[in-house]
Amino acid sequence: MKLPLVMGLVGLLAIGSVVVAEARSSSEVPVDINYSRFESEPLRFEAGQTVTFVIRNDDPIDHEFILGNQQVQDRHELGTEAHHDAIPTEVSVPAGATVRTTVTFDEPGKLILGCHLPRHYAYGMRAPVTVG
Amino acid sequence: MRRLLVVPLALVFLMASAGAAMACAGVFSPNGTVNLLRTSTLAGYADGVEHYVTSFTFSGGGGEFGSVIPLPGVPTTVERGGDWTLQRLNREVTPVQEAFAAANGKTLARTDSAEVLLETTIDALDITILKGGGDEVGTWAKDNGFLLSPDAPEVLDFYADRSPIFMAAKFNAAAAEERGQAIGEGTPIHLSIPTDNPWVPLRILGLGKQEVERVEADVFLLTERKPDIFIPSDGLTLDRSEQGSDGLIADLRSDKGMEWIPEDGMWLSYLRVDSLAGDLTYDLAVDVNGDAPSAVDAGLAKAGAAPSAPAGDGGLPVWLLAGVALGVAGLGVTAGRWSLRRTAA
Repeated sequence: MKLPLVMGLVGLLAIGSVVVAEARSSSEVPVDINYSRFESEPLRFEAGQTVTFVIRNDDPIDHEFILGNQQVQDRHELGTEAHHDAIPTEVSVPAGATVRTTVTFDEPGKLILGCHLPRHYAYGMRAPVTVG
Repeated sequence: MRRLLVVPLALVFLMASAGAAMACAGVFSPNGTVNLLRTSTLAGYADGVEHYVTSFTFSGGGGEFGSVIPLPGVPTTVERGGDWTLQRLNREVTPVQEAFAAANGKTLARTDSAEVLLETTIDALDITILKGGGDEVGTWAKDNGFLLSPDAPEVLDFYADRSPIFMAAKFNAAAAEERGQAIGEGTPIHLSIPTDNPWVPLRILGLGKQEVERVEADVFLLTERKPDIFIPSDGLTLDRSEQGSDGLIADLRSDKGMEWIPEDGMWLSYLRVDSLAGDLTYDLAVDVNGDAPSAVDAGLAKAGAAPSAPAGDGGLPVWLLAGVALGVAGLGVTAGRWSLRRTAA
């Protein structure tokens, strides 16, 4: 299955999960943002696994949590969306805020976690995500 | 922290109502494009006071730029600088050059973020002196329309850990238009800051730049005696170190606000910054009291740690610290690009 389709399914399966506080069936994965870097344990998941990312932005500037394959990253790098909150895998994280979003990984593959505010991705605000 | 003087540079970021390109500063447009021109700054030091003179260049009402500059202490005065001091210094070390433009002042206020110590307007340039940690200053800047580059949080902390004083500057587009200020026209600013030694923030010159982009700047030091200067790498060279000529001193003294220069002259040091942004991980540490330049001032040691690292007396030579810092920075950047790290907190 192509990754774009996988991501589409991820979006559909993560029902209403942006800023979901109680996702008992999922495990929580903390992702801190500090000095415009994602900081966490290595992000490795199993196909079919559902997790809730608890994203804490310690910076005084806004960031994004964009989870997807390279095509998704490329699209956002050229995109113009100022705010994200409709898709679990695409979330805006305001300065100093903590945001939760629940995602189900359907298929194995290699994804990327990135931020595409101006110059952030080029600065190094990206991290690999492996779904085995 | 009571140290230096001159802050030639700097700056941080952007976005205000009109473009302000500071001498010795990195300036960005809203889309993150860096517009950096070669800049000049004078750091004069006499009677325990640093006289920091730099210039902000108006880049038009269409752009959205501003600058935030770390300072070594709270300025006792913020005023319009002389019209041609920087040009005269440039002429002293290069063939020829030309002149500049305009100032005045007012209030106090307080925000939920950084503390506002002083607000003043010089020509069409709105200047705010802030006190706060990196996050607080960053929040203030964000709340006041500055667009911070992704490296700004780390760089602000880099400076705030040593001195919580910053200057934010941005052009008021309406005021600039009212004054008929032309694009490219500069507004010189003169800050008087009590400090123990001169100091010039260099790392901030690379703010918002890619690691492989070049940073170029001219830094002039005028001190009462020949200073000891921290020169960590090929990216910073001392091109002139000599007694200031009678002609130079007389010319500078005759400019507005430059009467603080002793009649009997000063020592002139001219330093050139020509470095990759990724290598510019230090500041210019200077000592005029016969000691070694401070490793803390250079940004190579934390405040509260060893205040200086004089070579040969038990401390690590500052050049060694610089090398280690640069090496660690390089490794850190390389590793940080893709790896995910566990937050210590």
